[in-house]
Amino acid sequence: MAQPLVVKKDDDCDEEEYYSPFLGIEKGAVLQEARVFHDPQLDARRCCQVITKLLYLLNQGDTFTKVEATEVFFATTKLFQSKDAGLRRMVYLMIKELSPSADEVIIVTSSLMKDMNSKTDMYRANAIRVLCRIIDSTLLTQIERYLKQAIVDKNPVVASAALVSGIYLLQTSPEIVKRWSNEVQEAVQSRAALVQFHALALLHQIRQNDRLAVSKLVTSLTRGSVRSPLAQCLLIRYTSQVIRESGMNTQGGDRPFFDFLESCLRNKAEMVILEAARAITDLNGVTSRELTPAITVLQLFLSSSKPVLRFAAVRTLNKVASTHPLAVTNCNIDMESLISDQNRSIATLAITTLLKTGNESSVDRLMKQMTNFMSDIADEFKIVVVEAIRSLCLKFPLKYRSLMNFLSNILREEGGFDYKKAIVDSIIILIRDIPDAKESGLFHLCEFIEDCEFTYLSTQILHFLGNEGPKTSDPSKYIRYIYNRVILENATVRASAVSTLAKFGALVDALKPRIFVLLRRCLFDGDDEVRDRATLYIKLLDGEATVGETDKDVTEFLFGSLDVPLVNLETSLWNYEPSEVPFDISSVPKETKSQPLAEKKATGKKSAGPAAVNGPVPTVDASYEKLLSSIPEFASFGKPFKSSAPVELTEAETEYSVNVVKHIYDGHVVLQYNCTNTIPEQLLEEVVVFVDASEAEEFSEVASKPLRSLPYDSPGQTFVAFEKPEGVLATGKFSNILKFIVKEVDSSTGEADDDGVEDEYQLEDFEIISADYMLKVGVSNFRNAWESMDLESERVDEYGLGVRESLGEAVSAVISILGMQPCEGTDVVQNNSRSHTCLLSGVFIGNVKVLVRLSFGISGPKEVAMKLAVRSDDPEVSDRIHEIVANG
Amino acid sequence: MGSCPSVKNILVLDSEGKRVAVKYYSDEWPSVSSKLAFEKSVFVKTQKTSARTEAEVVMFDGYIIVYKFIQDLHFFVTGGDEENELILASVLQGFSDAVGLLLRNNVDKRTALENLDLIFLCLDEVVDGGIVLETDANLIAEKVSGHGLEGAGSFTEQTISQALATAREHFARSLLK
Repeated sequence: MAQPLVVKKDDDCDEEEYYSPFLGIEKGAVLQEARVFHDPQLDARRCCQVITKLLYLLNQGDTFTKVEATEVFFATTKLFQSKDAGLRRMVYLMIKELSPSADEVIIVTSSLMKDMNSKTDMYRANAIRVLCRIIDSTLLTQIERYLKQAIVDKNPVVASAALVSGIYLLQTSPEIVKRWSNEVQEAVQSRAALVQFHALALLHQIRQNDRLAVSKLVTSLTRGSVRSPLAQCLLIRYTSQVIRESGMNTQGGDRPFFDFLESCLRNKAEMVILEAARAITDLNGVTSRELTPAITVLQLFLSSSKPVLRFAAVRTLNKVASTHPLAVTNCNIDMESLISDQNRSIATLAITTLLKTGNESSVDRLMKQMTNFMSDIADEFKIVVVEAIRSLCLKFPLKYRSLMNFLSNILREEGGFDYKKAIVDSIIILIRDIPDAKESGLFHLCEFIEDCEFTYLSTQILHFLGNEGPKTSDPSKYIRYIYNRVILENATVRASAVSTLAKFGALVDALKPRIFVLLRRCLFDGDDEVRDRATLYIKLLDGEATVGETDKDVTEFLFGSLDVPLVNLETSLWNYEPSEVPFDISSVPKETKSQPLAEKKATGKKSAGPAAVNGPVPTVDASYEKLLSSIPEFASFGKPFKSSAPVELTEAETEYSVNVVKHIYDGHVVLQYNCTNTIPEQLLEEVVVFVDASEAEEFSEVASKPLRSLPYDSPGQTFVAFEKPEGVLATGKFSNILKFIVKEVDSSTGEADDDGVEDEYQLEDFEIISADYMLKVGVSNFRNAWESMDLESERVDEYGLGVRESLGEAVSAVISILGMQPCEGTDVVQNNSRSHTCLLSGVFIGNVKVLVRLSFGISGPKEVAMKLAVRSDDPEVSDRIHEIVANG
Repeated sequence: MGSCPSVKNILVLDSEGKRVAVKYYSDEWPSVSSKLAFEKSVFVKTQKTSARTEAEVVMFDGYIIVYKFIQDLHFFVTGGDEENELILASVLQGFSDAVGLLLRNNVDKRTALENLDLIFLCLDEVVDGGIVLETDANLIAEKVSGHGLEGAGSFTEQTISQALATAREHFARSLLK
């Protein structure tokens, strides 16, 4: 039995000021001490002490070598002879901590199995937990019977031990644990709180891939048989999952299970109330009527004496404020008192919430409170505040003066790089979006670079200054700041300043002669790059000297942006092998993950709930290109235009897992099937996918490349190629059957049988849709891009979209039909707004640039209408886009 | 979301931020050095706060940490930033109260080290592989000390001499008080 004050007996020298029983402990000595485990007459107390010392060493981060661990393990197994309960507990702990290898486990299994059937509950519970941590699936089948019994054991500790072990085992031996469904279901009805919780968690994990079963589980349990707070929290999570997955197809009316969530707000346990309130605020397209009860309980939490409770409430409300600022305004008074909260996390969250919910008139007052607040919080909190101020300023452009002043004040104060970067980014965004703020913003930035210790920020500001400065009313006043950099800073900043000077020279004719003087001085700089740049720019700006260079070329060279993403350029350069053929920048894929500007704007108002997130944006993977070009059959097809994201053709956790990637070429489509064999006892050979394209008339199969062999757990690819008419949007449905020869594998030797059997496996269907012919390519400035397109190519038409759940749903539906990149964050629809404009950009097959402007309106009975305007490089493509929408 | 509430680690540090006992249930900190770095940043960020009467909470690097200080011991429970902080708080409460019961309210570094075996067992009984096992301090303490759970049965397992030793110790302690 474990007894308090065990160690004290040994050293009863109390006179020392401060002493630790482990002072001067040394691994070698302790390992020597572990010899007492071999004594024929075991001294339980002494053994306990030694184990504690060993555990202490491990806990402090000491490690045992393999030999040492094995030695300790074998010695520890001897201790099963002792009947001392306390010692036995420590033995269990020690075995778990040592996590013995498979061949060692055998030594203890019999002892542990004996304990598992002991009359003592404590032995049973702990032996189960230890055993399940260390055994493999073959041994598991031997003890499965006992585990099933233990799940329904009348002692809650034993039942919980078995259930928790089940959750753990589900990861390694799912097929065995799934057989325990009935027992687990019985345990869900247990009266012991924790057993109920563990049983529910296990039951849900067993069924998680079966939506219908989860939905049934939730339906039966929400009627009120679950009492433990932890289990109720779980149930709330599962319920919101079911609500989320049931989607938006419930036309109007009440949301299923909402009553249950609302009733949980009246629960006795605070953790359940919080869980329910969060679930409600996270609901997709939650209405203000649904929000009200949740906000009310959270408001009560705000004035709690417990910091954790206040934190939980303010954190949740902060999130709600991003999407439904009006719903949170009721709590503003409580929030304001939290600004002075001892806990700075709470105070920061309160401030940022207030910034989100505040109206125009309260901005000045808030700013005053903030100034005191900023000095005593950490950088990471300051960044949060700066981001909140940025979005506030974008919301109330008229207030830019006081907000900009605030930003410039904090820019002058002490702070680390991330904090300063957040401020600079904010100012730049404000300058870009609020024309009035430009002059004062640029001035603040100039002041900042006069005394800036961060090279990165200096160059960023100089670059920005070069683009914006020349367009201001008095460009000459910036020159002084820029030239100071050339005199005072390091080479990187100097080079950047030279480029900025050149930009002023190119755009402002009046300044040109003076810029020349300054640039000539830079020719004597000590750094190569600075001198090179200066030489280049002098040649460039001195237009008369060079033939063929026009002003337009100069500005294009200075201001033209790199139209390929740097990441893609980098990978292409890595793949480029030096040869006769020069590197071609047009071969770099242009597909990007997302628009940087849209991203920055969106961070301030992160969309709530996981459902609002778009599907993963496909990127052309350089590895695909390499793979495809290595196959001679496909070499004649040219370069792939687009590769789709993988589409799963099998359910999760089936025997064979297959997904397909659609590679679109000008006149061909190559289907790449990625197959994985998940059965260790099988080897598949001659794997091929038989594709039935009878529902895709325009496609005809031209080639197929089978996979020679597919061993267990090593993915392989098989390809099928189709021809399609060029210049036609060929679409259609494909059904697939996986055909192969299966051979048995001897698990002990790993050898496959010589004889195989032919077999086939039905895969799910998939479609080639018009979006497959569109690349998601963003533009940095939609308006400029739109206006630079030929007006002749514009095609406008109106469409009725019928009754829709919400505007947001209609917008995302049209985006996914077109498969284009939303620009400037316009894919997010403000809640409850009646109209919305969405800007899309993309590149259509044949490398035709397409821009789309969508205007949506929604009427009272949720009837959605849409105006679609398209501009593109090719008027025919504009018509094509309308066809896609009309058929979609 | 949609998954079981989970605890990423439980830490007991001393007033200088050194380990007394720690237990990691998540493999987000694969090496000893990454664990120590995490402990250091947790300690530094919470050092100046007072979490004596009520448990406090802090959020950083995508983790939520609820914590409580008792004498020269700092107790921490960490979860992911989507976690329900009140669940973490109940784990912290259960664990620190159980330690209090087991150490007979002498919760300080010295007593904790002297009875480190009890602290380890306590960690083992609160959370298993990240899943909350028990949050009731009395039940946790009972399971660790072995009382209650087996009832009178435990005495039959003891030899007479061990029982006498226990009795003697109890007696000695009562005299010292």
